[in-house]
Amino acid sequence: MNEIVSGFLTALHLIITLDPEVIEISIRSIVISLTATLIGALIAIPIGATITFSEFPGKRGLVSFIQTLYALPTVLVGLFVFLLISRAGPFGFLRLLFTPEGMIIAQTILILPILIGLTISALSNIDPMIRDTLHSLGATRIQFLRSIVSEARYAIMAAVVLGFGRAISEVGAAIMIGGNIKGHTRVLTTAISLETSMGNISVSIALGIILLLIALVINLLLAIVQNR
Amino acid sequence: MLRIDGISKRFGETDVLSGISADIEQGEFFTIIGPSGAGKSTLLRLINLLDTPTGGSISLDGISIHSDRSLEVRRRMGMVFQKPAVFKSTVYENIALGLRFRHEPESRIKEKVSESLDLVQLGGFEGRKAVTLSGGEMQRVAIARVMVTDPDLLLLDEPTANLDPVSVGVIEDLIIRINREFGTTIIMSTHDMFQGQRLAHRMGVMVDGTFAQIGTSREIFTTPHDRYVARFVGIENLIDGIISSTDGGIATIDAGGVKVQVVTPLSAGNRVTVCLRPEDIAVGLHPDHAESVRNVLQGTVVSITAMGPLTRLTLDCGIRLVAVVTWKAAEELGIEDGSTISASFKATAAHVLPLSR
Repeated sequence: MNEIVSGFLTALHLIITLDPEVIEISIRSIVISLTATLIGALIAIPIGATITFSEFPGKRGLVSFIQTLYALPTVLVGLFVFLLISRAGPFGFLRLLFTPEGMIIAQTILILPILIGLTISALSNIDPMIRDTLHSLGATRIQFLRSIVSEARYAIMAAVVLGFGRAISEVGAAIMIGGNIKGHTRVLTTAISLETSMGNISVSIALGIILLLIALVINLLLAIVQNR
Repeated sequence: MLRIDGISKRFGETDVLSGISADIEQGEFFTIIGPSGAGKSTLLRLINLLDTPTGGSISLDGISIHSDRSLEVRRRMGMVFQKPAVFKSTVYENIALGLRFRHEPESRIKEKVSESLDLVQLGGFEGRKAVTLSGGEMQRVAIARVMVTDPDLLLLDEPTANLDPVSVGVIEDLIIRINREFGTTIIMSTHDMFQGQRLAHRMGVMVDGTFAQIGTSREIFTTPHDRYVARFVGIENLIDGIISSTDGGIATIDAGGVKVQVVTPLSAGNRVTVCLRPEDIAVGLHPDHAESVRNVLQGTVVSITAMGPLTRLTLDCGIRLVAVVTWKAAEELGIEDGSTISASFKATAAHVLPLSR
């Protein structure tokens, strides 16, 4: 019990004094996960829109498959990306293993199913009247997709925030692909994992609090935008 | 301008439209009237290229729109839907959308949006959030959004069905102006035959996926083609019988023992239905209330229903008749359930249909 209380006190001290290592790890976490989320959104939204507004055999099956991948284990993504980018793998020549770029690729793959799936459901929830109105106003296919995504923007933003949350909180792929190299690929989750195993509970708690604060700030921003 | 030629539409096992045809003239205001589920919306959606017909063709100035399917053809038309639909943006952005799709410069968009808002009497609403407007205001935004694109053909799918009476009045005035001042050809569906009569040059009565009759409101109200149209336009008295004799254009019809005399070119022996409006039946206490009238029938009052300033009487005169009198007249005559009365109507008041149709 004592350990937890003193852990909390040290954690607050680390945060308030802006401990350089803690700040550095936090910024790296945000940069990597934000980049993965943005790349993921740029890929997922057009794919989601195309799937929603195209008719093809097996569409339902595909959507179910995408939804199943919401629960994709992070270590599986780590393994998959590891096989692709390790020295012996097909993309080994790119030297991406144990780099932040490699982690971005892994996190992007991890959250793509959520982003695509939730984009599909956001777009499917748009009133059919709105679709008819767009066609009736003489929209081209591209104009139609752009307008309908804009109409579903709040629901899609919520999906993107959820994707970011999954990216920044995962540890399996980050540790397998990044390797938790201090000053290079160490992020909040891998640091918590390491510090806890080394018995530095207070540092772990401090990093954990920061992780939660980041999630809180992002969600507050979303709420502000949605209520505007 | 628009030719609808044998259009059919089948959804699964259901024929919603079965070989419907009509010709709409340039500048015409045409209403499609019919009960809910008659296929009115489906026809408008087919014209607006929102659905594909199972058979037949629709051509706009000679271009078969469903084989062409080009953006140019689509952009000549605009449609306003029954349920007001607005985008989650400002009124300005809502109305600008069609112009943005057409890559108009912003200065032109600004000018046209402002003009169209004045037209629908929502001047100054540019910055409002469209979703916060009332139903009637949203529908006016929807009309403005279509009108900025200068459509040659405006399609209105029961545009006032979900609105309060004041908004209905505003929108009716607006669409009349659009037709009469801008010369925009309009096809509007409605289930309200009086609205159709108020607004349109011609109307088509739609029954079971086809036009039972197309004509001016006067033609449809006075000379319906069949029993269904007759019922739909409020002719409550449909009397079946056989022409027993004719004399100089006036036929005597035997309706189960009761004789009525009406004007018709049909000859003796024909089975017919006599269509008679409740308003064309006069009611008095004694047969001498209508001396020069050919048909005077004695009977009793079966039921009395108040309808605002009018009283609707169901009469048993050997045949069942529905008549309408002012409530004041009903009071003065002292009419009550079971009263003995005399009903009369002119031979020229009735419209006669051959029964086979």
